[in-house]
Amino acid sequence: MKRRYSAFAIAREALRHHSGWTRTWKSPAPKSRYDVVIVGAGGHGLATAFWLGRNHGITNVAVIEKGWLGGGNTGRNTTIIRSNYLQDPSAALYEKSRSLYETLSQDLNYNVMYSPRGVLMLAQTEHEVRGYRRTAEANALQGVETEFVGPRRVKELCPIMNIDGPRYPVLGGLWQPRAGTARHDAVAWGFARACSDMGMDIIEQCEVTGVTREGGRVTAVSTTRGEIGCGKLGIVVAGHSGRLAEMAGFRLPIESVPLQALVSEPIKPCMDIVVMANTVHGYMSQSDKGEMVIGGGTDGYNGYNQRGSFLHIEETVRALVETFPMISRLRMLRQWGGIVDMTGDRSPILSKTPVENCFINCGWGTGGFKATPGSGWAFAELMARGESPLAAPFGLERFREGRFIDESVAAGVAH
Amino acid sequence: MLMLRCPNCGVTADETELAPGGEAHIARAATGSDDAAFEAYMFGRENPKGVHFERWRHAMGCGKWFHAARCTVTMQVFGTYPAQTLSPPDDLLEKIDAARPGWRWRDLGAGHRHTHDHHDEER
Repeated sequence: MKRRYSAFAIAREALRHHSGWTRTWKSPAPKSRYDVVIVGAGGHGLATAFWLGRNHGITNVAVIEKGWLGGGNTGRNTTIIRSNYLQDPSAALYEKSRSLYETLSQDLNYNVMYSPRGVLMLAQTEHEVRGYRRTAEANALQGVETEFVGPRRVKELCPIMNIDGPRYPVLGGLWQPRAGTARHDAVAWGFARACSDMGMDIIEQCEVTGVTREGGRVTAVSTTRGEIGCGKLGIVVAGHSGRLAEMAGFRLPIESVPLQALVSEPIKPCMDIVVMANTVHGYMSQSDKGEMVIGGGTDGYNGYNQRGSFLHIEETVRALVETFPMISRLRMLRQWGGIVDMTGDRSPILSKTPVENCFINCGWGTGGFKATPGSGWAFAELMARGESPLAAPFGLERFREGRFIDESVAAGVAH
Repeated sequence: MLMLRCPNCGVTADETELAPGGEAHIARAATGSDDAAFEAYMFGRENPKGVHFERWRHAMGCGKWFHAARCTVTMQVFGTYPAQTLSPPDDLLEKIDAARPGWRWRDLGAGHRHTHDHHDEER
């Protein structure tokens, strides 16, 4: 059993030259069989394992990962957390997730640095004004705290913004005060530590190469570290979902594209909220280290290179320089891409599959980080009980039935 | 930056001059098809990690549609060909066979491919 992290623990370790800290999670060799195998040790996979243990008492669980823990999109996003969605099923799921973030550091005994600094989504056309007013009304009914604010309030919230831009002046914004950011790596590490403490095995450097089925059920997964038997299989692999689904013998309505982000050199604090500008397509916040964290658009065509197309950097930076003139001389430190799994209605898939004991959690597209704890909560419930009120509207069958959760235009999300 | 040669006008164009049009060679589900067929037509996609066939439009040039064969991992372009066809030309498929032994995309991959006679009949 791990020692709890606390101020007292730091003081105690300070007195003995920090010799008593142990590894955050164990790295065991895989056993031959588990009750549940989760493929993908990103935030969503680890959160699923955590809630399986915490809420449903299922702890004979392995989380297997082809690379390293949290090395995919969990470590590649811009760490934004918000729940200002238009459609009821989305608002319920994302607000559940956001509310879990409020106490996640305490629940995990691991500081995930949740910072409810507020997210402001700019309205820069009349259509956006109307759209966000509608979203604010919908959110009021859904119990999600948001507010439509005018240009003067926008300027108060973010003084470095130029609200009189020549092309797209700021006409207002959708403000969610309890939205914000968290430390993405810490979310994965915190969940991993808690899972490991419950006796679950987190197995890195273990790539799934095949799925063994007998009579319409999954019996085992073949991996680069041998065959691992499973009672139930959960696939939580974002951009590579289509590949895993193919191994398990079904198809997904998913296309994978690179989404890019970049960070600047660190500067003094100048912006204490998150701003998303979806008409000109860019979003920005300032990290605790002082870097400006910038997110842009997805490539318009399929791709698996974790790099993205250069023209999107240009578009994003051009848009942001117009909105925030003071960043024009900033130098950029790093740029990277993550492979995001896009569905036809831009809403995720939390679903049973044609294979009886195989479940899939994917399709989070460009906005999965914010959903990490809520996604795990709902998916664990689905895997443990076979049904989950939060996950029910997000089933695979909605594409056949035409029962879409259409967020591609509704939420004004930066897709 | 991705560059493709438009087979309609012969110009080698930058990505900024082109509009991507999604997966190629998707046949529309016929009238009277069941829900599963419509689902497959509207949402079922290959999404390959490797060789992919796509539709593109030379939007800022001649304005016409064409097809391209491209690798989604390395961004290597194997070739482009006109839009007025139901399947990629044989010489392009052979070129991909040579570059990517064992590749697969629907029933077109090396070892999965039949002769193209029946496609010609459909035309």
